[in-house]
Order: sequence, then structure tokens, then C-alpha cells
Amino acid sequence: MASYTMRDPTAETSAVLRERRPPPAVLAGKRVALLSISKERSDEFMDALEPLIRAAGVETIRFKKPTHTKPAPEAILQGIVEQADLVVEALAD
Amino acid sequence: MRFIAVVKEDCPTCRLAVPALAEMRSAGLALDVVTQDNPAFPDGLAPRHDADLLESHRLGVEIVPTVVAYDDTGTETARIYGWNTAEWRALSGLSGLGDGLPENMPGCGALNVMPGVAERLALAAGDLKLASREIAVAEEADPHEVAYDRGWTDGLPVIPPTDLRIARMLAGTSRKPDEVVGLVPPNLSPLTVEKAAINAVMAGCRPEYMPLLLGAIEAALEPEFAMHGLLCTLAFSGPLIIANGPVTRRIGMNSGGNALGQGNRANATIGRAFQLIIRNVGGGRPQEIDRAILGQPGKYTFCFAEDESDPAWQPLAQSRGVPAGKSGVTMFHADGVTGFVDQQSRTPEELCRSLSMQLWSVNHPRLARWANAVLVLSPNHYDIFKAAGWGRAEVEAGLIQALKRPVETKLRGYDGHPLGITPEQAEMYADENGMIDKFHPGGLYVVRAGGPGGLMSAVIGGWTGGRNNAEVRPVTRALQEE
Repeated sequence: MASYTMRDPTAETSAVLRERRPPPAVLAGKRVALLSISKERSDEFMDALEPLIRAAGVETIRFKKPTHTKPAPEAILQGIVEQADLVVEALAD
Repeated sequence: MRFIAVVKEDCPTCRLAVPALAEMRSAGLALDVVTQDNPAFPDGLAPRHDADLLESHRLGVEIVPTVVAYDDTGTETARIYGWNTAEWRALSGLSGLGDGLPENMPGCGALNVMPGVAERLALAAGDLKLASREIAVAEEADPHEVAYDRGWTDGLPVIPPTDLRIARMLAGTSRKPDEVVGLVPPNLSPLTVEKAAINAVMAGCRPEYMPLLLGAIEAALEPEFAMHGLLCTLAFSGPLIIANGPVTRRIGMNSGGNALGQGNRANATIGRAFQLIIRNVGGGRPQEIDRAILGQPGKYTFCFAEDESDPAWQPLAQSRGVPAGKSGVTMFHADGVTGFVDQQSRTPEELCRSLSMQLWSVNHPRLARWANAVLVLSPNHYDIFKAAGWGRAEVEAGLIQALKRPVETKLRGYDGHPLGITPEQAEMYADENGMIDKFHPGGLYVVRAGGPGGLMSAVIGGWTGGRNNAEVRPVTRALQEE
């Protein structure tokens, strides 16, 4: 239990847990970021996935974390926000 | 019969009364002594330490020493506070009690009613139960960031609304936390006093701002204010709160230098709390149902008080029906501030003509009866009117006269320019001399504010929605709580 609580200032019409953004209705015209977390075989998974996405006529752009042991640097997150509409993050192993 | 005495060592009257308490004990009376500060005080009377002050709170103690008497059923029969020999003797039934002590000595404030403590105790004792749902903040999380992540802020940081802060804010109003103030657009969600207090906490308000904030909300929720339309408009406008009356001085609002600017807590946070309520309770968010093309910085907060230092000038609220000496609030649909600089006019007539040029620019110089406006007269411009014996009535009449223009100069197509009023509007609005007014009747609001030192005033243009003056009007209301 958290020791610090606040009270909701809203009309409480939404759930306490924030909802995920809904997925796009269509992929056409979107650009998908493929983020490798740099764990073993992440790239292999991405290499297999990328042609499938492209075959569907959807553009891709590759990103790679320097290491899987730490969160992604801000520059990578901002690059994804700027250049892509969706992201696939590959764990692999 | 049983007695409870509540004392604190820090209080000279309590220390004075210790021998009397000891006499009551030695006389065999059933006396519990409760100490608020030093656990060992009074020495030798085996006091019970009210460390969390909850016992004092439940007893309703305000002054120490307090002695409460109970009958055998546990019902309170009498209560005294401070030291008064006759009262203590009557309560205890001991005719010689406190012999040698002064006849009378007033008590001291109890710790449980110290500022800020009473609200904590009300929460701890369950006297105040908040209905809004709790949002837990993880140990490693920053409450400020949680507020941002949840979309509660206007872009600036907010004060995290904890129970204690909310309880203290609620102490600023006599209205019950669950009272519904109104339905807030666009979602028409019920606004309780508690939700208003939560948003007031976040905006940085002090508790004593609550009556004015609630009054502003009530005025804005009157149907003729059209709050829904104002929040979702494409135009620049947002709510402007103009406050009048004793409350403005009591809570330290700024009506002087930089009255329309930054730096005063009441001005800044009351306007901000209002907008947070629209955002959080009503659901009115920019780029969602707030469709503003550009907006304006006054949509963070826009609130000031009128300068009422000259009794010769009738305050805005009083000119709109609020009784003299009472506080009131006027809600206006405001675009931004336009500076008016005229250091040459020396007569009221010159100044009115000069002001009329600026006032015609509201929305567009070719648009008539299209919006309302507020004229904020600075002290030095006001001096020109005052020197000529002009008060509110003369200033308003002089401005209306100076604002008349030949109707043909405002028609579409005049002077080769497409923008203007339609022939039908010209027909409807032109007077018998072929002149047209800039504003609908009653559409120009003159208030006094600002500091001395310059012949400058301000025009606050109104919302284009004001063209439908049968449906959209600024609203003035007296505050429910003074």
C-alpha cells in the first residue's frame, strides 16, 4: 500500500487505472518502429518480422537500445515519438 | 459523578489550577486528568497523555483547562473552562476548593484547535469523510508527475491534493462537502464542494478563497453565461472573474498595480482553480472539446478585483444589482488584454472619443454588436473623468455617445472591404440618425483597476458569442457566503 495518497479531482468517469491507447483501426499509411532491446536474438526476431510488415505495405523504421539492462535513453524514445506511429518492442532471448 | 480535566503544561492557568485538581483527587472524587503536552504534567496526578489529541478533539475541548462532569450514566452534566473559583467549587461540590488562588484567570487555547490541527483530527476521528476516490502514489513515484500523467494539470505543476490539504480547504467554507454546486459543462458532471476544494488545493488557493471561488462557479453556471459554449469555442475567450466588495480586501486581492498581471496569489489561484474545475470535473480540455484556434494566456487564470478606494465611483457589482457593502462576482467572456495608451486627452469628451477608437477594434473594427467588452480604467485616466465630476453613469453614457458611428461605414463592402454587418443588421440596429452602436445595450463593462503613473487603460475584448446577446450575457452574482 502506498503511503502517499491523493484524491481524484475529476468527475471519476474513467477507471482508476489509466487505459491503454486504442490500437489504430488501420495500419495503412502508418510507420512502425521496431525497437530492439539489444538482448540476444532481438535483432533476429526483428529481421524476421520486418519483411512481413513491409509486405503488408506498412513502412518500418529500426531503433535499438544500447543495452537491455537499462531503460531506453530519452533520445531513442523521442526518436520513436517523432518518427513512428506504432512501436514493436522485441524482447527475444 | 465523574470528572475529566484537560490541561497542558504550557498554559499558566493550568499550572495555577494544579493544586485544585490535587484537592479534588484527595477529596476522593473520580477525576481523570488528560495532558496535551508534557506526559508527566501535572506531577503526581497520574495524567493520561493525549498524544494524538484525539481524546481532546472528541471531548470538543477548545480552552484549557477544561473540566467536564458526568453523571453515573456517563452523560455530561456540566463543563467549565479557565479558572474561576466559584465555578470550580460549584462543579466539584468542594466549598473550599482553590483557597488562596485568584478569583478568576482565563484559560489558554487547546492544542487540538491550533491552526491546521483541527482538520487533521476531524479526518482521524472520522468527522470528515471525503467521498472522492483515493489515488495511491507508489513509493518511488513523484505526486507531481502522477498529477501530470493523469491529465489533471493545465500544464503548470499542481499542489498534490492530499486529505489534509483538502480538509483545510473545506474549512474555508461553511458549505457541506457533499453539497452539489452545479453541473459543470461540457460533461454536465456534478460539482460538489469537495471537488471544488480538491481543485482549489491543486491551484494553490488558500481556504479563505473558497466563498469567492464557489460564487464564481455559480455565476458561470447560470444558463445565460453559456459556459459550455465559452469553453468549446473556436475563439480566444475564457472566463474572466471580476471581484467586488469586502471579500477582495479580506483575502488580499490585487486591484492596483499590475492587477491584470502576475504576482498576487488570490488573483492567480482563484482564476486557475476555476479553469481546473472546468478541465477536471467538466472534462473541458484543449484540443478536445475546447476547440480554440489560438486561445490566450488568460485561459490559465484571469481574475482581478475592482479598485473601490473612491466612494464616488460605483463598483461594478453594485451597478449590476449586488447590494451596497456586499461582495459580488462578475463573470465575463474574455479575450486577451489590449493596451490603450493616450497621454494627450485632457477632457472627458476627448478621452471618450479616444477610447471609442480602441473599443471599436474589439473582434474587428467593422463588426458591430458582435461582442461585449470590459474597459479597465486606470487611476490616471479615471482622474480626468473625476475632475469633471463624472461618475459611472456619466462615463458609460459618454462612451456610448462617443462609440456611435454612421451605419453605412460598417456595412459589408464599404470602402471596398468585404467584412462588415449585413444590410439587415444595419436596418435593425441603426438609430433615427443613421448611427450604430458598437455594443449591445449594457454590453460595455467599465471597471477601475491599476496603479498610478501612466495614462494607460485596458480593453478586454469579449467573445464573439456575445453577438447573441439574448442567449449569452456576462453574469453578476452576490456571494452566498460573506
